[in-house]
Amino acid sequence: MVKILYFASLRELVGVPEASLDLGEPLDAAEVWDAVNPAIDLPEASLVAINQSYAALDSVVVPGDEVAFFPPVTGG
Amino acid sequence: MTQLILVQSEALEPWQAIADFQSSNFKDHTDFGATATFVGTMRDLNEGDEVLEMTLEHYPAMTQKQLQSIVDEAGEKWPLLHTLLIHRVGAIKPADPIVLVAVWSAHRAAAFDACRFLMEALKHQAPFWKKESLTSGETRWVAKNTLGTS
Repeated sequence: MVKILYFASLRELVGVPEASLDLGEPLDAAEVWDAVNPAIDLPEASLVAINQSYAALDSVVVPGDEVAFFPPVTGG
Repeated sequence: MTQLILVQSEALEPWQAIADFQSSNFKDHTDFGATATFVGTMRDLNEGDEVLEMTLEHYPAMTQKQLQSIVDEAGEKWPLLHTLLIHRVGAIKPADPIVLVAVWSAHRAAAFDACRFLMEALKHQAPFWKKESLTSGETRWVAKNTLGTS
C-alpha cells in the first residue's frame, strides 16, 4: 500500500487530500499519479516528495512509501 | 549551538520571540558579536491586486524535515552560535509577520550570510503554500515566489 497526499492547488484539482494505492507492480511517481488520477494530467511544474524528501517523477515508489504531489512552494 | 524551529498557527511576535529565545538560552553569553535577523511580513498588494487575507498551508512532516535540514546546512557552512526560525501557518492578515530568521555568530559576515541563506533556502525548499483572498472576492494560490536578488 502506498499513501498519496495532495497539497494546495493540487488537492483542489484532485478534490481529496489523500488517496491510497495497492502496488501491483513497481511504479514511478508519475505512474502513481496516473494510476490514481487517470482522468487528470499532472500539472506542469508540479513537485513530488517521497517519504517527505523531494524526488523526481521517475523515482521508484515501493510499498509503504508516502508520496506527495504539490505545486511550487511559496512560503516565507 | 542552540536551534529552535517552530511552525505555528498563533500570531508571530518576532521581537518578543528573539528576546525570549536569547534570554532563555544564552542570557549572559559573551561569545556572540553579531546578530542578523530577517522578518517577512504580509503585504496588502500582490501582482497589482489588493489582498485582504492569506491562508498558509503546509505539509507538516516534510516542513519540519526540510527546515531542520536547511538549519543543519547553515550550521555546517558558517560558525553559527544560535539559530531561531519561526514560520506562520493558517490565516494571516496584512502587516502580520509570516517568518522570522535570526542567527547569532561571533562576527557579522557569518551572521549576514547565514541569515540570507536560510531565508532563500526556506523559500525554495520548505513546503508552504499561500492562498490569497482579494478585496474583489476572488481567491487564488500564489503561483511562485519573487526573486530574492535585487
